[in-house]
Amino acid sequence: MRRVPILLAALLLGGCDGIQSVMSPAGDGAAALHDLLLLSVAVCGAIYLLVMGGLGWSLWRRRAETVSEPASEEPALDRSLWVAAAVILAGLTILIIGSFLADQALFATRGSEALQLRVTGHQYWWRIEYRDPATGRWIETANELHLPQGRTARVALGSADVIHSFWVPNVAGKIDMVPGRRNLIDLTPRRLGWFRGQCSEYCGTQHAHMAFDVKVDSPAVFDAWLMAQARPANAVAGPVAARGASVFAGPCAACHAVRGTGAGGRAGPDLTHFASRRSIAAGTLPMTRGNVQAWITQPQALKPGVPMPAVPLSPQDADAVAHYLATLR
Amino acid sequence: MTPDPRLEEEISRTWRDPPGLWGFIATVDHKRIAARYIVTALLLMFLAGMLAIDMRWQLTVPENTRMTPQLYNESFSLHGSTMLYLVSVPVMEAMAFWLVPLMLGARNMAFPRLGAFSYWLYLGGVLTLWIAHAMDITPDLGWFEYPPLAGPAYSPGHRADIWAQMITFTEVAALCASVNVAATILKMRPPGMTLARMPVFLWAMLIASIMTILSMPAIMLVTSMLIADRMVSTHFFSPGAGGDVILFQHLFWFFGHPEVYIIFIPATGFVSSIVETFSRRRLFGHSVLVLSIISIGALAFGLWVHHMFAVGLPRLGNDFYTAASMAIALPAGLQIFCWIATMWSGRPRFDTPMLWVIAFVLTFVIGGLSGIMTASAALDLQLTDTYFIVAHFHYVLVGGALFPLFGAFCYWYPKATGRMMSERWGKIALVGIVGGFNLGFFPMHLLGLMGMPRRVYTYPTGMGWDTLNQIATAGSVISVLGGLVFVANALLSYWRGAPSGADPWQGSTLEWASASPAPPWNFDYTPVVHSLTPMWDESRPLPVMDGLANDHREVLITSVTDAAPLYRQKSASPSIWPIVAALAVTIMFIASIFTPWAVPLGSVLIGAALTGWFWPPRPRAKQGPLGTGA
Repeated sequence: MRRVPILLAALLLGGCDGIQSVMSPAGDGAAALHDLLLLSVAVCGAIYLLVMGGLGWSLWRRRAETVSEPASEEPALDRSLWVAAAVILAGLTILIIGSFLADQALFATRGSEALQLRVTGHQYWWRIEYRDPATGRWIETANELHLPQGRTARVALGSADVIHSFWVPNVAGKIDMVPGRRNLIDLTPRRLGWFRGQCSEYCGTQHAHMAFDVKVDSPAVFDAWLMAQARPANAVAGPVAARGASVFAGPCAACHAVRGTGAGGRAGPDLTHFASRRSIAAGTLPMTRGNVQAWITQPQALKPGVPMPAVPLSPQDADAVAHYLATLR
Repeated sequence: MTPDPRLEEEISRTWRDPPGLWGFIATVDHKRIAARYIVTALLLMFLAGMLAIDMRWQLTVPENTRMTPQLYNESFSLHGSTMLYLVSVPVMEAMAFWLVPLMLGARNMAFPRLGAFSYWLYLGGVLTLWIAHAMDITPDLGWFEYPPLAGPAYSPGHRADIWAQMITFTEVAALCASVNVAATILKMRPPGMTLARMPVFLWAMLIASIMTILSMPAIMLVTSMLIADRMVSTHFFSPGAGGDVILFQHLFWFFGHPEVYIIFIPATGFVSSIVETFSRRRLFGHSVLVLSIISIGALAFGLWVHHMFAVGLPRLGNDFYTAASMAIALPAGLQIFCWIATMWSGRPRFDTPMLWVIAFVLTFVIGGLSGIMTASAALDLQLTDTYFIVAHFHYVLVGGALFPLFGAFCYWYPKATGRMMSERWGKIALVGIVGGFNLGFFPMHLLGLMGMPRRVYTYPTGMGWDTLNQIATAGSVISVLGGLVFVANALLSYWRGAPSGADPWQGSTLEWASASPAPPWNFDYTPVVHSLTPMWDESRPLPVMDGLANDHREVLITSVTDAAPLYRQKSASPSIWPIVAALAVTIMFIASIFTPWAVPLGSVLIGAALTGWFWPPRPRAKQGPLGTGA
């Protein structure tokens, strides 16, 4: 069993504290599925050992003999066939019941006071909208999901183009985002901290770089964050930012929106509070000034195949746009 | 049954192929056709394996830029499409082509020319995909191309068309092959081989063929709908125009799931034959094995939705498919039990074919158990589309189908070539392939649980996936090196192997009664069967019946259940019409990528080829009752 050390090493190395891991549940759905996973591993592991034991014994017992009377053993084998069938059925029954119970736990209806969200998949980013509980207005952001600890968020999933799949393994299982349909998933996170989600249905060239950050906050911090997200963009301050804003209003605003300014494009992510996010280009690069500037000038070099075109900007203009974006907190 | 030189000379004149190139393209000898299938499939397995090594290399370190995303996406699409459509399914059909007539004591397949047509059409599909690859129009959307991504809006150009049309090729070829195998098994069994006395191998091939006949139409339909969407804007799969993208998935997996069993069930036939011979005991639980195969074949059509648990279908329905998917563990588990029980009560000997069976049990059971885990509609939400699934289906397809295939290759190699493979190099190859495979793919289960999705060309640093990916790469390389040793052993043994004689393993079934290598007519006389293991019966020499003509090609037709002799049937002679017809179909399929007019015009061409093929006169399609004819 040379696999056991690998398994143990992997569990110790990173499986248990991963930010995108099934084995480190931080939400109700993921916890129910983690229990089911452990049950399945136990039942399947026991059956595997049983089969291997039987195989080893069968190969070992007759190795020295030259003559045998197989016919006399037939009744014993017939009986053990029934035992084998019973063992398999017992294992399956445990797993089927376990699976049904976990399924029920995942899809138990919760109260209607749940926080309402819409997440829409795009090639290769995520449009995220929160319904303001007070006003009923939808507050748009992108590529960074904030969730209140201990409250249930009901997420309506859709797609603007091809099939994607919404997966935050620490919090819950995945559900596809299918054009023409709307899927619902309930997220009830229990642990504070940063997690990561990733598209898990192949959606085109840059499927690998379609991720998002997930932040679980205490309800008070979350409410403050949501209020901040609801506000329009900060006023432009300073000459460099002003130059950046005016460059942005040209090619960038065709696809990107910055609420409170004239920029109202819908093809790309909303950038109203861009600088408040942790990463850029759907979880591709950390949010740093250098990365932002590189991304503005060379998106096809950093994420080949992304729909964002390389806009020819002078170095001064690119610098100004990056400066302006950094003010959008 | 002593060989009579005059008789041998006469049969040989009747059955041998014309010499030279003409004979090469006109042959209808099932063994030559099957050998072509197998060599083509093995070459493709090598090419697709190289793609896999390329991809594994790319994933060795995070944020690797060695491959562009486009190249990586093409690589996994070509790897998966080749392995599933052009290697696994055809190679199993090829084994049936090669072995079924030999195991039936028959002189050829039921439809010899259809067999040749199957191969040429399959080759057309192979060339379509790989020439397209050479011309840089490689499909790049995986081995199942879901719309709308595969639709006209998101995949302009012809990459998706090449994929869809390659499927059409292989599925028409597979349908022809399956009809041929099923008819041969049902109507050409030797006298005495009733259905109850039919070896498990033949049952497996029969069930797999029937499953092919029932499932392939779904994929042909769905790829044709995709092509129609792309070419003439039918909008089957456009949600904006009233179409439904999920319809594609239902139709695809209605084929796609049975397909896995179409690959796996023939493998259970190989395992049954090898276990019986090398345990030196009649297979325990013949009827349990046969009923298991039949119930797997039936259940396989009722659980396709387990590929779609994350789509968001109604939960109650998903629970039904969970139960149906898990239920398949019962017949599969009983099969494993029967094989182990046969070893337990036999006197096992450990030649290479038997070692492959042991490797199969060690590996396949892991794949089966991880399959039970993914069969849970709830748990699958964490497992599907991750590396856990990649690990699972490689364990099932490589461990469950290719390991038995390699064992079958070693087992029947002496029958095909008249020479033994080297046992020592065979064992070295086995250790490399099996060890490397497990080292390479077991860590992928963990990668999946640690959150790594499948089909990503790279991954960020700091995810904790690096070490396991490096182990996986190392394992794959070892496995491929083992594969090269296997191939080298097969090639060298062809010239240098020790002569094997007709029956080197003391096998139980009729193919061992023929000479090694088997002559074009397989058997001088038709064997008569009294048990499941005719070669182990007390009565020696093997009882035979006479009466088939030797001056023209003739085969014996028997009844479906009792295998009672019914009549003698003329068997087709070599002909170039199969390759001409396959060429006409190829022209039509390829041209229809570019214009819908190819369908009516190509049909005329195919009609002309088939008219030539079926042109009378054929002197006798059928001869009268036995004993009153010639």
